[in-house]
Amino acid sequence: MQSRSNTYTYVFVIAMAVVSALLLSLVKTGLQERQEFNRTLDVRKNILKTVGVLEPGMSDRDIESLYQKKFSRKSVEGEDGKMHDYYVFGSKDRPEAYVLPVSGKGVWSTINGFIALEADRNTVRGISFYEHGETPGLGGEIEKDRFTREFKGKKIFRDGKLVSITIAKARLPEPSEYAVDGISGASLTTGGINRFLKDDLLNYLMLLRQQ
Amino acid sequence: MAARKNIKTLTEPVGISNPITRQVLGICSALAVTVKLDTALVMSGALIFVLVGSNGLVSAFRNLIPSRVRIIVMLTIIATLVIFIDQVLKAFLFDISKQLSVFVGLIITNCIVLGRAEAFALKNGVLPSMLDGLGNGLGYGMILVLVATFRELLGSGSLLGIPVVPEMLYTENGGWYMNNGLMLLAPGAFFVLGFLIWAQRAMTNYTEE
Repeated sequence: MQSRSNTYTYVFVIAMAVVSALLLSLVKTGLQERQEFNRTLDVRKNILKTVGVLEPGMSDRDIESLYQKKFSRKSVEGEDGKMHDYYVFGSKDRPEAYVLPVSGKGVWSTINGFIALEADRNTVRGISFYEHGETPGLGGEIEKDRFTREFKGKKIFRDGKLVSITIAKARLPEPSEYAVDGISGASLTTGGINRFLKDDLLNYLMLLRQQ
Repeated sequence: MAARKNIKTLTEPVGISNPITRQVLGICSALAVTVKLDTALVMSGALIFVLVGSNGLVSAFRNLIPSRVRIIVMLTIIATLVIFIDQVLKAFLFDISKQLSVFVGLIITNCIVLGRAEAFALKNGVLPSMLDGLGNGLGYGMILVLVATFRELLGSGSLLGIPVVPEMLYTENGGWYMNNGLMLLAPGAFFVLGFLIWAQRAMTNYTEE
């Protein structure tokens, strides 16, 4: 551990950086396929969970087969002129629920989730946030059941106008059909959700209005 | 002689000089991942892997590492190992890796890892260094598993996700028992950890100067 020339230090550090970067990119490339598979399965699982048909202890194959049997993927043109995917649960002529992907910025990260609406396309059947990088214990609480179950039964249309659902800053002063209790310490995360939930729902207005 | 010293290197950090209860290092993750036993086990496994690997590598290169940049070099080695294990978990234990979220990545900043590299691996041979890493990793893991056992048992009435408290004892079913929700929150971890530190210090008669 005697002191060495600057050149040696530079060469050592550069060599080490190159070697570790190379190793990690090899690992990443090697595992990519499996990770991709896990991610796809996790998305399906969360679609099932949002609708409320995910049973504890379901195997990967059960999830896949239920998804293939009961769900179909459709798309609709949004306000922004782009096509937006959504999932229909139930049979072709008798849909039981609609699952819409929602995503946007929280505090630190992009939050991805799903909102499921009943066949009336107004009442919330469930909501879930399956991917985020918010602070565990604060914003990260959005993935917990005790928060998401609050959304059940809320409405997104008030007198024919899409109002979405607002997460309050604290406890709601009075019960509301269009708002849920907030999480203390997570105002910025829930504020982000309020923004993107409404924006994303507006993109599905064509689908939601057909009633 | 050397063999006895190696055994001591391995066993001491599991018991009397445990990194968590004696040195109170690495408790951030110890508090965060111990709500359930399975996450605690996976986290311990990941930390043991990183600790053994980083101690081994740092020790192997100890005569080549320029001392002025040694912290950077050690952190690069540690970070490489952590990213590797994080990727492996994402590929093979996806659900648990999701629950552990950022805490696997945060092993990079776990003071036990850098502490052992700096205090032990830079001055000792590869085998003793790896044993030291294993010992400290096991010491960390043991505390994590103990804390998680208490928290999962008292907080959720289960172990490794299997219910162990009989259903009929719960108040919903006409019994008298209720899970202690506090155990699932951070304060529960502080209480359990505090008791463990107290118990260990009472047994070894250790007092802070």
